[in-house]
Amino acid sequence: MEQMIPLTIDGVKVEVPAGTTVLEAARKANVNIPTLCYLKDINETGNCRLCVVDTGARTLQAACVLPVTPNMVVKTNTPAVRAARKLNLELILSNHDKKCLSCPRSQNCELQKLCLDLGVENGDRFAGAQNEYPLDLSSTSIVRDNNKCILCRRCVGACKNQKVGVIGAMMRGFKTAIASPWDKDLASMACINCGQCIAVCPVGALTEKDETKEVWDVLADPTKHVVVQPAPAVRAALGEEFGFEMGTSVTGKMVSAMKRLGFDKVFDTDFAADLTIMEEGYELIDRVKNGGVLPMITSCSPGWIKFCEHYYPEFIPNLSSCKSPHEMAGAMIKTYYAEKAGVDPKDIVVVSVMPCTAKKFEAKRPELGHDGLADVDMVITTRELARMIKEAGIDFANLPEENFDKLMGESTGAAVIFGVTGGVMEAALRTAYEVLTGEELKDVNFHAVRGMEGIKEATVKVGDLDVNVAVCSSTGKAAELLDSIKNGEKTYHFIEVMGCPGGCVNGGGQPIVTAQVRNWVDIRAERAKALYSEDESKTLRKSHENPEIKAIYADFLGEPNSHKAHELLHTTYAKRELYK
Amino acid sequence: MSNHNEKYEKLAEVIKAHKEQKGALMPVLQEAQNIFGCVSEDVQKIIAEGLGVTLSEVYGVATFYSQFSLQPKGQYVAGVCLGTACYVKNSQKVLDKLCSELGIQPGQTTADGLFTVQATRCLGACGLAPVMMINDDVYGRLTEAEVPAIIAKYKAS
Ligand code: FES
Ligand code: FES
Repeated sequence: MEQMIPLTIDGVKVEVPAGTTVLEAARKANVNIPTLCYLKDINETGNCRLCVVDTGARTLQAACVLPVTPNMVVKTNTPAVRAARKLNLELILSNHDKKCLSCPRSQNCELQKLCLDLGVENGDRFAGAQNEYPLDLSSTSIVRDNNKCILCRRCVGACKNQKVGVIGAMMRGFKTAIASPWDKDLASMACINCGQCIAVCPVGALTEKDETKEVWDVLADPTKHVVVQPAPAVRAALGEEFGFEMGTSVTGKMVSAMKRLGFDKVFDTDFAADLTIMEEGYELIDRVKNGGVLPMITSCSPGWIKFCEHYYPEFIPNLSSCKSPHEMAGAMIKTYYAEKAGVDPKDIVVVSVMPCTAKKFEAKRPELGHDGLADVDMVITTRELARMIKEAGIDFANLPEENFDKLMGESTGAAVIFGVTGGVMEAALRTAYEVLTGEELKDVNFHAVRGMEGIKEATVKVGDLDVNVAVCSSTGKAAELLDSIKNGEKTYHFIEVMGCPGGCVNGGGQPIVTAQVRNWVDIRAERAKALYSEDESKTLRKSHENPEIKAIYADFLGEPNSHKAHELLHTTYAKRELYK
Repeated sequence: MSNHNEKYEKLAEVIKAHKEQKGALMPVLQEAQNIFGCVSEDVQKIIAEGLGVTLSEVYGVATFYSQFSLQPKGQYVAGVCLGTACYVKNSQKVLDKLCSELGIQPGQTTADGLFTVQATRCLGACGLAPVMMINDDVYGRLTEAEVPAIIAKYKAS
């Protein structure tokens, strides 16, 4: 039995398990103690002092890192507590640029909200010397603006959990800054562009490299044929930007909005996810049958790929040679579709909408193209798409539901779940099973690979073969898994790795969810619900049953892993150094 | 060169000795500084790799504690006290003069490797404020005007 600790918070008696913090216990008394630096599992360093409470001790205590003790009496709302919180905010503001009007985080900035909620009247109370930092625009994916940084260190925690750790707190006192060693820019570090730092930043100090202007420009250019494709996870989260409850799938409205924005064609990256399963499934079967390098590891997540190239280059031969789904789609749009539609591939602009900031980097890899044309020209995140929809004044919530365009708009349930950890594995198993055994798979649900644990393992019977699989999400967990393979503790046939914790639903390009929600709700699981229910609702749930997939092989590619498929849908990787 | 290699071998030993300990970074940085006289980028990278921590962590610690120096120190280390007593007696002006004469900032070393300038905490010689020390020599009751002559003396020797 868990030991229960009784305590009193603002006169309300509560009982909580030993080890609970005062912050958590206060929820039981219906008190939301304000927090700023605290983010569960990511930053529990107690440095902002916004959450101070009176426990009768000599000084006020930080509730986020204070474990409850028996019969503790906590006061969260005294004049001294309120004054201290306000003072801390005013001090933070003394070194913040306060340019909220043009800040991408305005209206979901945690600092802004706290100032309003706690009644800060004068943001310039402690005006004085202020640090001035140049913007770091070096990265293809991430922009760092230290003039807005409040030194909470959440990004440092997120980066460290990813086992990347290219940013940290440097120097001391007034000169303290979150930066890379020797103030190097992000692009010269072994940053994997996953954007988890952006997802956890409470303010506007970390944002995506915005490409909406470039997209508006091509949309306005009559000589361009602009084709858009959204990733699976975008539809699971876009609604949050327009007041829909988390976990609501908004596929039809999203398509409708894209058409109204002026895209010439709206295809679905989900179609390409089915295509990926065909290519990757056959690649796996080939490796197993012909003694290829095992375990084979998925290659859909560009954050993971760059991580592997920097930190575990010895596993490069294990990576599937498949391009990621949106890159496959790009390649098919500029060949297969261009041919069918009679459009010059040079006039086509492919815009991917991704839950991911690392996709921006991926699209610029020189090897991902054909005939001097990049497969994908521009990548915008879910947030940037939302920004465009808002700028265009589209009444998203009331839009009718529309369908993707034909040719590359059809997808199966297997493709939809690509957006959540375990989804690619499940999709691959559905197809591999039927291809290898020639029998129909009765139950398509592989529950063993679902859920939000960082590492999941299963042994799946495919005919008379026992296939050992592992699924992991976050590069930190991937590092653990790869180490266990290196030590010889584990052997697998097939591994799915997603760079972000929980998979793409929690990608670095998704709508920002503040700590006030993230500390109490598993947003990954909530968003995943949208994808699993969309999978359930589809009549076709196996990639090889997608009629448009059948057509593309019959009309254009031949068969999976054909020469043509290899030329257009597969790629190579190369070792990268840790430091430039 | 062999001297150079020896230093790196010594660093490897130090890392090995501390590797499994919790909180190994501080002592390793300390010993590395003793071996090399400073903790350069190169040395920090070796420490990061050896201890399995990120370079950000190593650099973060190395820049947090003033006892660590990122660049090799000059032959003459000139420290101007910015402790309270010296500061009210205008030691900042002495420091500024020193910096402008040598063309470097506090914490830096001249290109010829001769001088390193430091702003120090109280040197315990408040009676002589403002105070500057160059290696073991103490200069008290200084004015900025005296600085060029003092520097010239070391340059000549
Ligand atoms: S110290 Fe508790 S939230 Fe920052
Ligand atoms: S609104 Fe931009 S940092 Fe808060």
